[in-house]
Amino acid sequence: MSVRLEAPAIAADATARDRRANAIAFAVMVGLIVLAPFVAYPFFIMQALCFALFACAFNLLIGYVNLLSLGHAMFLGLASYVCAHAAKVWGLEPVSAIALGVAASAALGVVTGALAIRSIGIYFAMITVAFSQMVYFFCVEAPFTHGEDGIQAVPQGRALGLFDLSNPWILYVFVAIVFLFGFLAVQRTVNSPFGEILKAIRENEPRVISLGYRSMQYKLAAFSLSAAIAGLAGATKAIVAQNASLTDVSFAMSGEVVLMTLVGGMGTFYGPVIGAFIVVSMQNYLAQYGEWVTVIQGVVFVACVLVFRRGIVGELAARARISL
Amino acid sequence: MPEAAFAQTPAAVLKLKGLQAWYNESHILHGVDLDVREGELVTLLGRNGAGKTTTLKSIMGIVGKRSGSITFHDRELIHLSIDRIARLGVALCPEERAIFASLSVKENLFLPPEIAKTGAMTADRIFTLFPNLRERLSSGGGKLSGGEQQMLAIARILRTGARFLMLDEPTEGLAPVIIQQIGRTIAELKREGFTILLVEQNFRFAATIADRFFVMGHGRIIDAFANSELPGKMDMLHEALGV
Amino acid sequence: MNVFGHVISWPQLYGQLLIGLINGSFYALLSLGLAVIFGMLTIVNFAHGAFYMMGAFGAYFLLKLAGLDYWWALILSPFAIGAIGAIVERLFLKRLVGLDPLYSLLLTFGLALIFQGLFQNFFGASGLPYAIPKQLSGAYNLGFMFLPVYRGWVIVASMVVSFGTWLVIEKTKLGAYLRAATENPTMVRAFGINVPRMVTLTYGFGVALAAFAGVLAAPINQVRPGMGADIIAVVFAVVVIGGMGSIMGSILTGFVLGVVEGLTKVFYPEASNTVVFVIMAIVLLIRPAGLFGRAS
Ligand SMILES: Nc1ncnc2c1ncn2[C@@H]1O[C@H](COP(=O)(O)OP(=O)(O)OP(=O)(O)O)[C@@H](O)[C@H]1O
Ligand SMILES: [Mg+2]
Repeated sequence: MSVRLEAPAIAADATARDRRANAIAFAVMVGLIVLAPFVAYPFFIMQALCFALFACAFNLLIGYVNLLSLGHAMFLGLASYVCAHAAKVWGLEPVSAIALGVAASAALGVVTGALAIRSIGIYFAMITVAFSQMVYFFCVEAPFTHGEDGIQAVPQGRALGLFDLSNPWILYVFVAIVFLFGFLAVQRTVNSPFGEILKAIRENEPRVISLGYRSMQYKLAAFSLSAAIAGLAGATKAIVAQNASLTDVSFAMSGEVVLMTLVGGMGTFYGPVIGAFIVVSMQNYLAQYGEWVTVIQGVVFVACVLVFRRGIVGELAARARISL
Repeated sequence: MPEAAFAQTPAAVLKLKGLQAWYNESHILHGVDLDVREGELVTLLGRNGAGKTTTLKSIMGIVGKRSGSITFHDRELIHLSIDRIARLGVALCPEERAIFASLSVKENLFLPPEIAKTGAMTADRIFTLFPNLRERLSSGGGKLSGGEQQMLAIARILRTGARFLMLDEPTEGLAPVIIQQIGRTIAELKREGFTILLVEQNFRFAATIADRFFVMGHGRIIDAFANSELPGKMDMLHEALGV
Repeated sequence: MNVFGHVISWPQLYGQLLIGLINGSFYALLSLGLAVIFGMLTIVNFAHGAFYMMGAFGAYFLLKLAGLDYWWALILSPFAIGAIGAIVERLFLKRLVGLDPLYSLLLTFGLALIFQGLFQNFFGASGLPYAIPKQLSGAYNLGFMFLPVYRGWVIVASMVVSFGTWLVIEKTKLGAYLRAATENPTMVRAFGINVPRMVTLTYGFGVALAAFAGVLAAPINQVRPGMGADIIAVVFAVVVIGGMGSIMGSILTGFVLGVVEGLTKVFYPEASNTVVFVIMAIVLLIRPAGLFGRAS
């Protein structure tokens, strides 16, 4: 009898601990974001935050629906181009330009997702590769992207006509807000009833279907949401870096986001963020070594898959028996 | 007298001692002791889920985690890989028959490589035992009836030279005429000197061909007796098998 | 002819058809290798493009370092790269058996980065020349067009190897083992066959096919570290269109899509890079398991 009473008590205790751990982690993350520009190069932090958001979007799929997208750069890159074009050629203020970029990626997400989510596993992964390559070629050919040159000198403008983003401090606050917004959106989604169904689909899709849920629609919604958030990251990055280029739609970028998430920990909230900072720092420090960056990334990939599948945060959380 | 009896008892081909087996975390076999002697047909009886299939799979090396001892012609098998065990002359005809659908009947039949030069049945002999197979040689493995599949599954392991056969419920789900045919075939195999470990739920069928019985329950052997003792065991069997 | 506002000449049409068939030859060999590997290991080999590139470099090294010509390379390079593949399987992929296949995919992805990065480090992004063997230089006059001998050879060699592989898999004892082990590896092991070794060799063979395609490509496209990365996404699309696991499906789809791509270059060049992906989208809409695939 006592055993039966204890089990739920432990579970309740665990969720309480999880909640506390998450609150602490969130506070630490916000604290670090506030302090970071005083100790590190703000441009670097802003760029890393964009990638972190991109990784969170990717993680929504791999971590909670077990869908491995190997073409996520198409959402990052397309939104980046659309936002850059809207800001530069159409003269839109940055928030509207970003919104337009997000809308473009979300639309692309709906279309490609509708075709891709009917497959699972490696098949799904290959389809996303193929679609992203198609978007890549589109961006190479389409006149508004300016091919190899990309879109340069994107004006940062005044957000909502009020905040001058060419001021680095205001830009930093803006990017931090965008990041936290996207991060919380992912976290809320995962913890919502919708997210519970996604996780149930990950565990046992036939059962979810037999309970009367249309799993395809849930997966498509998750895919589109992930595309939109990846687009948010890409569009914001275009404003930060003041350019949009083929790098952001490339297959290599799709690989990098996988690496970020894998290193940090798939299926954890903070893993992708930490992973993004690690991968971006690695690139910065190793930039002088040319293609060795690629080699080292490959080695990290292989090492993670072979011996460190939980990633940093996943490993820490497992040791502390909490879920982060 | 005991000496004479000892002399007449053929050597054990297979001996299980304290065999335990697990599927992942679930502990299925809790110490199985069993022996099969040269030329003998031993039947393993037991309810659904008792662990009969698991016992055969453990002998074959298919179950991931196992402990205890399995000796085959005095050779320890417990640490050998599946293919090594097979090459020593152990053959399994599995419960699900495992006919390869993407292979023709002929390919299925000739798939298992010869593991011994002597003792293998020739194709002609196999076709006299299973005349139906000859006509279906070119059809796809997935297109056979249940009875044909069972015959093919048995025929397949006769060609290899393995002299120890494990047959897992060969009569399951088959029509009475087919069951009779399979019964005759198994009796014939025994006459030809094959050593056979047969798993059956249908002990009336087994009674016509078996030398000895082992009864399994919950991953243990709960009784063992010779065919001649069967009449006295009826009540126990009805209880143990729930029939 | 005038289509979509483009003026098209017959020689141009034949020329593009030929280029399409050549590309199709590479698609067929590469998607065939992927299909063979997938059948046995149920993994997608993301390092396939890298092995293709390494096959071409193998030919280059053999010539530069050992003085061995194209014909030696055609045999030795696939053999050596296939052996590297077998080692990769033994050292890495074997450890991931029983885990979600996505991990093996990620592993091969990481390996592709390593290989490609290494070659880019040492050889830069530009191409190294590799001459057409003299026995295959020149061109035939077919009456309506000139066919460079080497291009004809590539098409023939690719067809022979592809259909030869198909024959071995569908019609021989060895192929029966492969098909059986694809279906039920445990049972095949229970017949006394060393399936793990077969898996290693199968992976090595699939890799060798990619390397063979690489050697064939060397005199046409030059030897470039990025050559694999450029082609692999199209090959994935080909595999998705053909349907995973079908050997003949992957061969036929490879050739047909190469030709379709070539024709697109004639009639609507703007879409030539994307046409394969558009076809993939359409096929997915109608037959999610691919043209030759079995619905799972
Ligand atoms: N692959 C598996 N994973 C986990 N448990 C298994 C597996 N196969 C069998 N079991 C369990 O092991 C126990 C013994 O199964 P086994 O197949 O050996 O029984 P059996 O005596 O052959 O029964 P039947 O007469 O139904 O064939 C059962 O409780 C079954 O649920
Ligand atoms: Mg059974």
